[in-house]
Order: sequence, then C-alpha cells, then structure tokens
Amino acid sequence: MVRLIGFFVGLGFIFALLYAILVTPLAIEHNATEEFHLEPRPLALASNGVFGRFDTAQLQRGLKVYKEVCAACHGLSQVRFGQLEALGYDEGQVKALAAQFQVPSINPDTGEPATRPALPSDHFPSPYPNEVAARAANGNALPPDLSLITKARHGGAAYVHSLLTGYRNPPANLPAELRPATGLHYNPYFANLNLAMPAPLASEGQVTFDDGTRATVDQMAKDVSAFLVWTAEPELPRRHAYGWAVLGFLFVLSVLAYLSYRSVWADKKGH
Amino acid sequence: MDSQAVAAAPSDDEGVRRRDFIHLAAISWAGVGTAAAVVPLVYQMGPSGDVLSLSSAEVDISAIQPGQAIKTQWRKQPVFIRNLTPQEIAAAKAVPLSELRDPQTIDERTKPGKENWLITLGVCTHLGCVPLGAAEGENRGDYGGYFCPCHGSHYDTAARIRKGPAPRNLAVPEYAFTSDTVVTIG
Amino acid sequence: MSFPWAKNYAPQHPLMQWMDEKLPLPRFVYNAVGAGYPVPRNLNYWWNFGVLAGFALVIQIVTGIVLAMHYYASTGGAFNSVEHIMRDVNGGWLLRYAHMNGASFFFIVVYTHIFRGLYFGSYKAPREMIWLLGVVIFLLMMATAFMGYVLPWGQMSFWGAQVITGFFSAIPLVGETLREWLLGGFAPDQAALNRFFSLHYLLPFVILGVVILHIWALHIPGSSNPTGVEVKDEQDTVPFHPYYTAKDGFGLTIFLILFFALVFFAPNLLGHPDNYIEANPLSTPAHIVPEWYFWPFYAILRAFTGNFMGIDAKLWGVLAMFASIALLFFLPWLDRSPVRSATYRPLYRKFFWVLVADVALLGVCGVMPASQPWIILSQIGAIYYFAHFLIILPMISRNERALPMPTSITAAVLGEGAAKTADKAASAA
Repeated sequence: MVRLIGFFVGLGFIFALLYAILVTPLAIEHNATEEFHLEPRPLALASNGVFGRFDTAQLQRGLKVYKEVCAACHGLSQVRFGQLEALGYDEGQVKALAAQFQVPSINPDTGEPATRPALPSDHFPSPYPNEVAARAANGNALPPDLSLITKARHGGAAYVHSLLTGYRNPPANLPAELRPATGLHYNPYFANLNLAMPAPLASEGQVTFDDGTRATVDQMAKDVSAFLVWTAEPELPRRHAYGWAVLGFLFVLSVLAYLSYRSVWADKKGH
Repeated sequence: MDSQAVAAAPSDDEGVRRRDFIHLAAISWAGVGTAAAVVPLVYQMGPSGDVLSLSSAEVDISAIQPGQAIKTQWRKQPVFIRNLTPQEIAAAKAVPLSELRDPQTIDERTKPGKENWLITLGVCTHLGCVPLGAAEGENRGDYGGYFCPCHGSHYDTAARIRKGPAPRNLAVPEYAFTSDTVVTIG
Repeated sequence: MSFPWAKNYAPQHPLMQWMDEKLPLPRFVYNAVGAGYPVPRNLNYWWNFGVLAGFALVIQIVTGIVLAMHYYASTGGAFNSVEHIMRDVNGGWLLRYAHMNGASFFFIVVYTHIFRGLYFGSYKAPREMIWLLGVVIFLLMMATAFMGYVLPWGQMSFWGAQVITGFFSAIPLVGETLREWLLGGFAPDQAALNRFFSLHYLLPFVILGVVILHIWALHIPGSSNPTGVEVKDEQDTVPFHPYYTAKDGFGLTIFLILFFALVFFAPNLLGHPDNYIEANPLSTPAHIVPEWYFWPFYAILRAFTGNFMGIDAKLWGVLAMFASIALLFFLPWLDRSPVRSATYRPLYRKFFWVLVADVALLGVCGVMPASQPWIILSQIGAIYYFAHFLIILPMISRNERALPMPTSITAAVLGEGAAKTADKAASAA
C-alpha cells in the first residue's frame, strides 16, 4: 500500500515537473550587466593567507585615508577608538585621535542635544544622524557603514581596492540603459556598474602619509582596504596564531589516537 | 581469550608495556585538550572589552560648592564626590583612630593639598546598597556623613564606618586631579 | 542487552558496587557505550559518523549556551550584540565562529551518516525505528538551524525568515493566517526574532532527547554492519569499548582538525557576505540563498515553475520540498529487498551513486540564480530524486539479483575457511 501510494505521489511530482519543463522557456537570458562587470583584481595584503598578520604601518596610513576621505560619508560604528591601540598607537595618541571626532551628547545644564569630543570608550560616530539624513545628503543613496565591509562583500579587501581604483569612462559599446544616469558614476567592479559615490581617491597626494610613503591613488586604496580588513576582523592575527597552536596539538593527538586505535585492534585478525 | 593469548607469550611483555604507554599518552593528551577547551568557556564570562574601556571616568568638579556632593558613575558603580567644609574636616580629624572600626585618617583618604575633596564609591561595604547623604536633604546619619538605609550603617564626614553592620569604610577609588577642576577616576 | 554473550557489568570497587545498587548509571553507560555492548567487528570508518554527529551536537549546545549569555534578541540590538561578541567578549570570536561552523559540520556529518544508512540499508528491518527517529532528528535540526540563522539579524537572516515563512502562505485558505501566526506579525520583526531565539534554545535539547531514543532503539537489534549480514555468534562481535571507542576517538581527532582548520582559517567560507549587513526590511539582497545545507531542498522548491492540475507552482514547490524529506519516513517500506548492503546489490548500488550525484546537482542548482540552465537542471534533478525513492527503489527491490553474500561477519573479515576453523575452535572451547 505504501509503495502504491508512493508510486502515484511520485508520478504526480514528476508530471508536475515535466509540465514545468514544458512551460519554462529554455532560452538562456542574456545579461548585459554581467558582460561588463569585472571580478575584483587580486590584492596582496599582509593579512592574507593562513599566516596573515597586520602591517600596522599600513593600517595607520589606512586609518588616515579613512579619517580624511571616507569618514565624511561613511561610519565605522562597530569600532571603538580605544581599539586603535592595536594599530600601534599609545593611550595618549588614541585619546587625541578620538578627540578629533564629535559624538552626540546632551548639555548637562539644559538637557538639550549637544556634542562633545569622543573618548577612547566611544565608537566612531556616524557622519549622519539617521538614514534619512544620509540619503538626503547623497542623492538618495545610503553610504554603508564600513566596519564590516570587507566581510560583507564578495571579494573582501580586493573588492574595496578594485572599486576605489576602478572608476573610468564608460566603454563605447556600453548599451544606453547601462550608462550612468545623472549623479551616478561608472565602475565595472560595482554589481550594477553604476554607483552614486564619485571616485573618492582622485589624485596623488590627497592624503599626506606621516611615514613618508608616496600617496598614489593605488597606495591610498590599498592602505584603506587593509585598514578595513582590520576593522572587520580585528581578531585575525590572534585567530591565525591560535589556529596553528590548536592544529599542531590536534595533529599530535590524532597520531596518538591512531597508534592507540591500531594497538587496540592489533589482536584482531583481518584488520 | 585474546588477553590470555597475550599473557601466555612472555616475549610480548615489552609490547604490552609499549601499548599501555600509547593509550596513556593518547588519553592524557586528550585530557589536556579537553581542559584547554574549557578555558574559552570560562574566560568568556569575564568583563568584556567594552566594559573594561569604561575603566576611567573624567568628572568636572568646578560646580560643587563646599558642603555639597555629587553622585557620578565609574565602572557602572556610583561614586560620591564631596567638597568638605572646614568644619567637616575638623570633625573627622577630631576622632581618635582607636574609636574607628576601620582605622584610617582623613589624610589617607584624600589627596595632599586637596583634602576637602572626598571621593568614595557609593557602595556600602556591608551588602552593596547605595548610602544616602550625597544629595541635598538626604539623611546623613548620626555622624554627618552617609547613612545606608538597608541595614543602618552610619558613615562619618570622612565616609568612615562608625555604626551599623558595615565592616569597612566606603572605598576610595584610584583617582587623580588632571587639573584643579577635573578629576579622573580609575 | 541484545546478545547473550554481552559482558556483564561487575564492579570490583566497593564504592562502585554501592553506586550500582543506588543508581546504576555506570552500568547503564557500560551497557550503552562500554564493554557491555557487543558490536559487529567489521564496521568501517563510515560508522564513525554517528558518534561524530553526537559530538557536533555537544559543540553546538555548549557554544550556544555561552553565546546566549551575550546575545540579545532585539531587532535593534541583535546585529550589534553579535558584533559585540566578535569584538569585545573574551574569546567571543572563537565561540561564535565555532558555533557558526559547528552547524555546518553537524550537517556534513549527518548527511554522511544518512547516506551511509542509504548505502548499507541500515533503515531496513529490524532497524526501522532507528531510521524514523533519525529522520525526526534531521527535521528538528533543520528547524533549529533555520531559526539560528535568523538570530544575527543580518540581511540573509531577515530575508531567509521572510522566504521560509512564506512557504506556509502557499497553503490554501489558512496559509496567510498561519504565516502571520508563525511570525506574530506581517513581516519578521521583534515578535518573530524573540520566539525564534526561544525555540532555537529549546530545540537542541529536544534533539538531544530524540538522540537518546535513537541510541536506545539502536541497542535493541544492535548495530548494522557493512555486509548487512546479521550477527550470528560471539566471534562476529567485539565489545564497543575499547575497540570502537578507540576507533571513534581517532575519527574524532580528524573531525576536529578539519573543523578547527575552518574555524581558524576560513571561518566565513560557508557563510554569506550579506549576513554581515544589518537587516533592512525595505531592501532585498540581489540574490537570496539559504545556508548550503538547504540548497538541494531549495532547488526542489524552485524547480516547480508551472501551475499544474489546478495547483499553483508555489504550492507544488512547497509540497514537493516537504515531501522530499517526508518520503524518508516511508523508506523502510519502499525498499523491500531483503539484502541490506549495496555491496551485494549491484543494480541498487548504481542508482545510489546516481542519487548522490543528483543531490549534489540539486545543491549546485540551489545556490545558483533562478535562471536557465539551472532551472531545467533542477527540474531534472528533482524528477530523479522523486523517481529514485518512489519508483525506482520499489521496482528494483522486487527483482534485483543479489550477489552471493558471506555466510557470516567473521567469514567476511577472515575468509570463509578461516571462519569455519574459528567456529570449530569456538564450539570446542
């Protein structure tokens, strides 16, 4: 009985599927966007790979790019100023850095909304009070928070780097419907080719690096991408270090466990 | 049956011992691993990074008049900052140490040259209630300092325990004057 | 226990004797996973995965309990609390990555365990109840995993909740009401998040309970084995401890190496980047995909693209998706071949490997966008899936010619001649 019912249920699904095949057009849709979209170019960073660590000098440069270029529109809300000590700053430097940002507060006398200089225990403030304000200031586009951006995009840091350096004039054969509308900018690394953000890193020397590194557009893009890997995964160097310790320990354990297993079974013929 | 076979062959003795060693090594190594696995499970309950980042608080004390006190927060605990009057200082100094349950002079409880500033945690040393007396018009107890209403502990003008169940004086946190009007606690 | 030659628990130490009288827990353990449980001597490494699944459940429960100490289920705070765990809680990133990848490993192990059961016919009499309870565990796991994925309140969390609860709206008449009841609203929001957290905490313990029943049911007939030949006498078995504790221990170390390699070096490999974007009820991600372990079922759901026999495509998809799992409940009665192991069923073996390839194909279709050629591939894949279980399996099990089987487990291990000698020796003794 089970088999009989099962047989007919199975036939029902199979006929429904066969019918679905009949009514679904087989033509493979031509996707023009995909034709022009580019995958991120590989980016070599110190944090890449299973031995990856951070290059703190690069992170400090990246922070400066963020502070002077990105911070105008993009928040970094998950990061606390105090955590910047991981970049090689001491307590005083972190305090001074934090004080350059204003965070929302209230006036202790009147209770009115006010701002105060940020403390190391504060998070990076958002450049806009809310989403509506952010959209209003950016032609209805919302500048995403950058704390997790390298984890939140396929390609991670390489994507960020490619996007920042990927602005160009639309190719001549780009169909009209894919051309950037007013207020949009062509960038083949962006998912739908046109984004509201104009090229943020436009000219060499836009940021002056304290360590004397030449601030080419590519260098700035690289450094800020590296910095954003840190903001997304500050635990990365520890994770890799613990990882090797744990795997080393487990390797020894697996060898011991194997020998123990073989010796338990040694008196069983046929094994 | 198998173990009998093994025991019957004396030449296998060496083998048996080596096997025992292997099992012992594997089990001990696994035990170390299990213990190590417990570490993060325990460690995660400790204060987290954001809690520790609140470990210091800056307070502006310019508005506190002599005889007044404010309540502020440090590590999510109440802190009393009192501007003592000369009379209160004198009253505290007049008490012989032998009368105190937790003998401490007022100088030990304030900074040199700033002995009018009494900064203590607002946490009763008995069972952790917040004593009264910091705000205007509150009961300041029999000794004119703080009074804990939970179980009736009386603190004097130097916030030393004088009467009631509390075992110790109100704790003085670590602090420093960053300027004449700003104090950093913690 | 099941076999008369099973070793009896005989505590030597007075304390253990006292314990045995008052609360015979050590006896229970001894009989369940100790020397008192005789197990076929020929189990291969595929039999490790039951213990591994149990271990994965323990990892999930332990890491889950500590994560719940830091997580808060609020639509405004859930995403940030997960980041708080990742950044501020001591070792929080390790616990969270272990929980996240632990879910994937749980499914890897359980899928392997299921396919082992399918290959070696472990679902057949007298072990039907073990199989049924296993399917219940699988269903509970899927529910738990789905609700757990909602908790970080990322984009995929939110839109996954939206889509999965949308299945229920396909049910005629009551569907929409049912969906609103499930969510406690018209879209996933605070009410849904809170109840998913509550149930996500509860269900693993329900799973644990069913796991205990699963093992209980296993101990009635005893473990199956790769030949599918039942245990005949003592020489066919070895005590679980130390023989299989040692083997499972070794298997466990390999499992842990793979697990921690992923946790420490590629923790987000199996996740989706969009879940690192906080949920936004006003903007759907370009391409919603569930977690990898749901891909084959997601492909079956999407394969139905035409309204057929007065039932619309959406309902067909939902019915088919549920049926694709529900049919596993009937498997012991769909396959009537008396031969268990595919080793001795050449025809079934071929179809088994086609099924493995088919499920893999469905998995790929599930993650690909709903466009050609993936639609037709998922349709073909779904046809085979249903045909395999509901048509092919019942038919071939009627008149398949099995290969000659060993007379006993010992014969399979040592060869027929050696087994007979051993047999004589045993009866002489």
